[in-house]
Amino acid sequence: MSDDASTAQEQAEVAESVAPAIHGCPVTDSNGQEVIHASVEQYLDVVKALADEGYIMCVDLCGIDYLEFMDRALPDDIEPQRFEVVINLLDMAHRRRTRLRVQVPEADPTVASLFEIYPGTEAMEREAYDMFGILFADHPDLTRILMPEDWEGHPLRKDYDVGRIPVQFKGANA
Amino acid sequence: MSTTEEKLTGQQADNTQTGDAVDEVLDPSVNKVASTDDLGRNYHLFVAGTDEGDQKLKPRSQTTARELLREVGSVLRMSEADAANLGELPDDPEEDQTMIINMGPQHPSTHGVLRLMLELQGETVLRCKPIIGYLHTGMEKTAEQLTFMQGGTNVTRMDYLSPLNNELVFSMATEKLLGIDGDIPDRAVWIRMLLSELNRMSSHLLFMATNGMDLGAVSMMIYGWREREEVLRFFQEVTGLRMNHNYIRPGGLAADLPAGWRDGVLRILDLLPPRLDEYDILMTGQPIWRERLQGVGVITPGEALALGATGPILRSTGVEWDLRRDQPYMHYDELEFDVVVGSYGDAFDRYAIRLAEIRESMVLVRQILERIPEGDYRIQDKKVTPPPRARIDESMEALIHHFKIFTEGFKVPEGEVYVGIESPRGEIGCYIASDGGPNPYRLHMRDSSFVNIQCLPHMMRGGLVADAVAIISSVDPVLGGVDR
Repeated sequence: MSDDASTAQEQAEVAESVAPAIHGCPVTDSNGQEVIHASVEQYLDVVKALADEGYIMCVDLCGIDYLEFMDRALPDDIEPQRFEVVINLLDMAHRRRTRLRVQVPEADPTVASLFEIYPGTEAMEREAYDMFGILFADHPDLTRILMPEDWEGHPLRKDYDVGRIPVQFKGANA
Repeated sequence: MSTTEEKLTGQQADNTQTGDAVDEVLDPSVNKVASTDDLGRNYHLFVAGTDEGDQKLKPRSQTTARELLREVGSVLRMSEADAANLGELPDDPEEDQTMIINMGPQHPSTHGVLRLMLELQGETVLRCKPIIGYLHTGMEKTAEQLTFMQGGTNVTRMDYLSPLNNELVFSMATEKLLGIDGDIPDRAVWIRMLLSELNRMSSHLLFMATNGMDLGAVSMMIYGWREREEVLRFFQEVTGLRMNHNYIRPGGLAADLPAGWRDGVLRILDLLPPRLDEYDILMTGQPIWRERLQGVGVITPGEALALGATGPILRSTGVEWDLRRDQPYMHYDELEFDVVVGSYGDAFDRYAIRLAEIRESMVLVRQILERIPEGDYRIQDKKVTPPPRARIDESMEALIHHFKIFTEGFKVPEGEVYVGIESPRGEIGCYIASDGGPNPYRLHMRDSSFVNIQCLPHMMRGGLVADAVAIISSVDPVLGGVDR
C-alpha cells in the first residue's frame, strides 16, 4: 500500500519535472496563453490532431522574421530559427484557443500548407509568403497577395529597408 | 548583366553625390538599380505601373484542378463523385463561351479598391477571384518603426470604419504584454466599452447606407450616412476627431469624457430608434429588397467555419459565436444582450443581423451608461502614463519623464501575445511580439475583412452579376483593413 502511494508520488514528480507536451510538442505559457512549439516536420500532423480535437477554426496565421532577436525565450529542445510561422486556433465548443509556433529555417523556408485542413488559411499563407518569403508546400496558388507580382524582396523581413522616395530638399545643407 | 553590376557598384561608390542619383531615379527610361535600399530597387514599378501577373484569374485551360476547385468556391472537401461530376456540369463550358472581366478596383460597389476578376457565361458568374493589395501601405512594417505609444495612430487607420476597435485590441495586447491588463481603472474600461459599442453602431449604419446604395435604394445611402454622422459627431466631441481617433491607448484613454457627454449619448439613443424603424419600412419589409437579397450569396455554417469567417457572416449561418459573449473581455460578461443569429446564411440574413445589432448595441449602451463609475481614466503606472500637465510645471523630474515617454516610449517586456475581440466585421486580432524594446518587434493584425473576403468566390458561384454587387456589399469588407 505504502509502495503504491510512493510510486504514485514519484510518478507525479516525474510528470512535473517533464515539461508539458501536446502531441509530442513542448508547450509553454505566454502571458496566460497556451503556446505549442512544433517542428516543421511535426507541424501538419499536430494541426491535424488539434483539428480532430475540436479546434474548428484557424483564426490567424502569420509569419515573423526573428533575424534581430535570435536569443528569444524558447523551450530547451527547440532550436531558434530565423523565421517563425504562428497560427492561432479556436475551439468554439470548449471556448478555448491555442497557438502554434513553428521554427522555419532560413536555408529552407518551407512548411506544409494548412489549406486541406483549414481552407481559410489560403489568403493568410499567401500573405506570409508575400511578406516573408516563407514557402507553403502544396498550397494551391502560392502567389503574392498584397504586393505586385514582379516585386523584388519580401517587405516584412528585417533586412528589408523601410525605404524612402527621394525628396528634393531632404538632407540639403541649409 | 555585367554592365548593370558595374553601374551598381559605381553608383554605390559615389553615393555621396545624391543629387545625381536622384536625377537618374526620376528618369523612368533608366531602368536600373538606383540606390541600395529596396524601394530604390523596385522604383521602376512606381513608374511603369504594376502587374498582378500570376495573381490574376487565369483561363480554365491554364488553371490547375485544385485552383479551379477553389475558384469555383469549393471549400469543404468534395466527394470523388462530386468532383467527377464537376467536369460535366453546365458551368464547365468551353473557353470561348466565357469571358473574364474585371470588376474594380475602381468600381463604386467594391467598397474601395477591391478588384474582382469574374469569369462570366452570359450573366452568370462561374468563377471569381478577389485581387487585393491596391491599398497596401505596409502598415505592419510601419508599426515596427513606431513605439507602443505611437502605435495607436497607425492601427486606427487599418480598418478605418472601426478605428476604436482597432485601438482597443492593440491596447489590450500591449497591456497584456506589460502585465497590467487587470489593473486598468474601471472607468476607462467602461468608457472603452461605450465607445466600442457606439463604433459598432456607426459602422453598421454605414453598412446600411452602402448596402442600400449598392442595391439601388439610393435614398438609403443618404439616411445611413446621416445617422452615422450623428455618432461621429459624438466621437468628435470626445476624441477631437471623427475617425482615426487614437483615443484608446495602452494604459487607458487619452482623456476623460468631456462635460455633457451623457447628453450626447442620450441624444443618439433617442434619435436612432425611429430612424431604424424607418429603415424597416424602407427596406426590411419591401418586396423588392427581399427579392434582391433573400437566397443570394448563401453560405453554410461548415463552409463559413472552414473559411475562417467571423462576425455577421458566421452568425448569418446560425452559428452562435460572438466573442463578447463567448470569450468575454472587459466587462461584457456583466451585461445583458442577445447574440443575433440568422438561419439561411444569405445576404438578407447578414443585412438583418446588422440592423438588429445596432439595436442590440443601443441596449448595451444604455446599460453601460448606468454602470460607468467615477474614477481615473488611465492607469497611474509611471511606466506607461505620462505625468499630468500640472505636474510638469512644478517638477523637473516630471518634465524629464514626460519628455522621455514621448520621445523614447516605454519598454515592453519580451514575449508574444494574441488578443482577439469582436469588431463590427468579426474577430479582429492583434498579435504582438516584443523583444523588450519600446517598439513592437512584430505587429500583426488579424483583420476580419481580409479573411471574410475569401467567402466571395463561394457566395458568388452560379449567381448573377447583379447579385455579385449585393454579395460584396453583404460581406461589408473594408479595404483599409484587408490591405493594411
